[in-house]
Amino acid sequence: MKQKISIPIKKSDVPEKAGGSAKYIADIEFEGMLYAKTLRSDRPRARINSIKIPELPEGYYIVDKNDIPGKNRVKMIIDDQPFFAEDVVNYIGEPILLVVGPDKEKVFEIVYKIKVYYEDIEPIFTIEEAEKEKKNPIYGDDNCFAEYEFKKGEPEKAFATLSYIVEDEYSTDYQEHIYLEPQGVVGIYENGKVTVYGAMQCPYYVKNALLQAFGWDENRIRVVQTTTGGAFGGKEEYPSLIAGHAAFAAVKTGKPVQLVFDRNEDIEVTTKRHPSSIKFKTALDENNRIIAMDVDIKIDAGANAGLSDVVLQRSMFSATGVYNIPNIRVRGKALATNKVPSGAFRGFGAPQVFFAIEMHMYHIADKVGMEPIDFKTKHILMRGDTTSTGGLLRSEVKLPEIIDTIDKMSQYREKYEKFKKKRDGLKGIGFSLFFHGCGFTGSGEKDLIKAKVKLKKKKNDKVEILVSNVDMGQGAQTALRKIVSYSLDKPIEHIIYENPDTDRVPDSGPTVASRTVMIVGGLLEKAARKLKERWNEAPELEIVERYKQPEYIRWDQKKFKGDAYPEYSWGANVVEVEIDPVTYEIKVLGIWGVYDVGVAIDEKMLRGQIEGGIIQGLGFATIEVMNIKDGKIQQDTITDYIIPTSKDFPKIEIKLIDNPYEYGPFGAKCAGELPFVGAAPALASAVQYALNVPIRKIPVTPELLLSYVNLINKPQNSKELRECLTTEHVPPLRDPEVSGTEIAELKETS
Amino acid sequence: MKKEINFVLNKKGVNITTDPLRRLLDILREDLGLKGVKEGCGEGECGSCAVIINNRIVNSCIVAVGTVEGAEIITIEGYRKTKQYKLLEDSFAEAGAVQCGFCTPGIIIAAETLLRINPEPNENAIRDAISGNLCRCTGYNMIVEGIKIASQKGKGLW
Repeated sequence: MKQKISIPIKKSDVPEKAGGSAKYIADIEFEGMLYAKTLRSDRPRARINSIKIPELPEGYYIVDKNDIPGKNRVKMIIDDQPFFAEDVVNYIGEPILLVVGPDKEKVFEIVYKIKVYYEDIEPIFTIEEAEKEKKNPIYGDDNCFAEYEFKKGEPEKAFATLSYIVEDEYSTDYQEHIYLEPQGVVGIYENGKVTVYGAMQCPYYVKNALLQAFGWDENRIRVVQTTTGGAFGGKEEYPSLIAGHAAFAAVKTGKPVQLVFDRNEDIEVTTKRHPSSIKFKTALDENNRIIAMDVDIKIDAGANAGLSDVVLQRSMFSATGVYNIPNIRVRGKALATNKVPSGAFRGFGAPQVFFAIEMHMYHIADKVGMEPIDFKTKHILMRGDTTSTGGLLRSEVKLPEIIDTIDKMSQYREKYEKFKKKRDGLKGIGFSLFFHGCGFTGSGEKDLIKAKVKLKKKKNDKVEILVSNVDMGQGAQTALRKIVSYSLDKPIEHIIYENPDTDRVPDSGPTVASRTVMIVGGLLEKAARKLKERWNEAPELEIVERYKQPEYIRWDQKKFKGDAYPEYSWGANVVEVEIDPVTYEIKVLGIWGVYDVGVAIDEKMLRGQIEGGIIQGLGFATIEVMNIKDGKIQQDTITDYIIPTSKDFPKIEIKLIDNPYEYGPFGAKCAGELPFVGAAPALASAVQYALNVPIRKIPVTPELLLSYVNLINKPQNSKELRECLTTEHVPPLRDPEVSGTEIAELKETS
Repeated sequence: MKKEINFVLNKKGVNITTDPLRRLLDILREDLGLKGVKEGCGEGECGSCAVIINNRIVNSCIVAVGTVEGAEIITIEGYRKTKQYKLLEDSFAEAGAVQCGFCTPGIIIAAETLLRINPEPNENAIRDAISGNLCRCTGYNMIVEGIKIASQKGKGLW
């Protein structure tokens, strides 16, 4: 049954955004504002011997490590990232100093005139090198920012007794956020107080980073979010670094300082999705049921720890997908390399492993002669089952309904059969199942975030929402106002929600992990209901609500045992493709998605999240190629790093399955990241089906496909690939001259 | 070397003396304060800085200001005063076509240039018309829908 709150309303920020009057950080001018440009390392790994700075004209400044009053480390899980490099640089693009002054061109000129004298150190570029290099590691004594292992059941015993074992290895590459608004901040120093304005997801992450960098009293630091032009995780941890830069410069110069990136700089130096390498070893019994699974995950963290530790954890907790497997071992490592730090990106480690587990399940299904949809369905988790970490699934898992619905919508089974029997061009259809763990891992909300929200009833009967969560385009301002409006029974026009300012709002936590509606919205719902009861007490009222962990949550962070997430959202995707037999370009003919996100707070905004997430996910799976060669990003402009346009993908058909969550506002669970997760495996499965070649890595480029197909055509090249040909049909292969690194790589591995 | 340049901007004459090689985008944003024109890529790929020059959509980041002598330029700031804009704004709101909004002014400009020459475009024509504008939030379908709605409701307006 459709809930009343799900009925769409118009987003409140459309007029100012469409008309161009919304003020993003680059649009705001402050009196006497100076401009900053960063001098960066052009070496992947080197010792800085000396820096030669030309004589500066009046009014121009250098800001560097000596201008940091407190600790020269960006506050994060491990404080290993300096604001400005000290004696060594660890990636191309690492900030060394700023040049600040009134004229942008002059500032650029000065930056180009500065000479840095380096002494190169042997760099580490790959996961393999990072694991091997013990003599001169980038971090610790083993290059490992994080290393974990957890088990369920008795995997060793299962592997010792079962003989049917399938092994696979998958890899995924970088993905760049390409939020349309490049990163930017402005720092201001007035009356002994620093204020930083900027595009960001987490005002309090920034504030806490500044507190540590300055070592000042709390009331001397203020952070204000400005209208943010997309983020997708890219403005989660990164803004803390540049907020520091602008703040140090503001204090040194006594003037407002703007630090706004152009696109090229943004691509070169900001965080990206972690490349990954994921190995599976799976044991089946004589009934083709999976009895044990061993997963080994390695992610490429780049030069600094950043959030890689928690990204790795989410990868590990998602590693066995939506399947009920009794015996599990999962190992994971986040490794240091001399490349730009990897970081948060929509899905946060889950998209990599969902690609891998879904392709692995497809591969096993092929091997045992079952259709992937049947083999997967046979293993799905249900209410009462336990997750890989042993957490009990208390809510109904509506996967059977989701699978049934998407099959009907897309005619998946029918097309699967049809394409098998009669080749109609190189068509294929693929299917994926996935979940997203809602919010922070385990007891993170209780132990780390401790969210606090405030509602303020004003004299004019309007109510202001005071939270630190931001609208970065996803519609948080409209969604949270809607929750308060419905709970209070007041028109939405009476509910105010301005961009957060840490001087005015409590810390309700970061705008990440799909937690804003479920956790912050849940607290606001409670606060609003209390306010409603007390409405007539006084003309002005303030209600504060603090997070309390639902009593059912059990989590042991040391052993990774229990409820890795408070709740899960679920989904399925089907993608239909046709491959060009000459160019091997992939044309997507149809996209379907079915989701259980509890209850939609607004069906239209949710559709916006789903459509945008799917298209980003399909970009990740196909056209978004980023290679780093000798530490240098090869695709560092939007001309070279391409993202989907309006012509690349067709319409999407979506259905929602209602499944209210007791502890979510109006029954809502998490929604923002989920739609990203399933797109890549559905597409890769469709391509695998169309060409009958195993897809082991994404992005799936025409070059990659051509090399695979050619290898299969020449059996001496790849025994392993040939083994994967399990069905009758073989694509009409051509045999052109092919060369290139893909083939060389494959030859080496085969 | 500086040069005097004259053009019509949002129906008003503009006379500036500047380096003719400067980007039109910088003239609009920095010299004339028109911040609705956004810089998303600076190399003519993303369309966030799109403006209308002599009835054609152009990315202002790859136009040297010296080349617009005598031209008629419309930016979002001028266009938003029109009835056509209001209808597009309402249709975009109805369709859920606006998320972060950074690309939106450029896409509105693209929609206007399409509807001027083709008031009843089919889906393909709409996708072609906005193919020079990148959006990372919506996946485009809801924008396509917004333009369709405007075309349907705006009979006789274009």
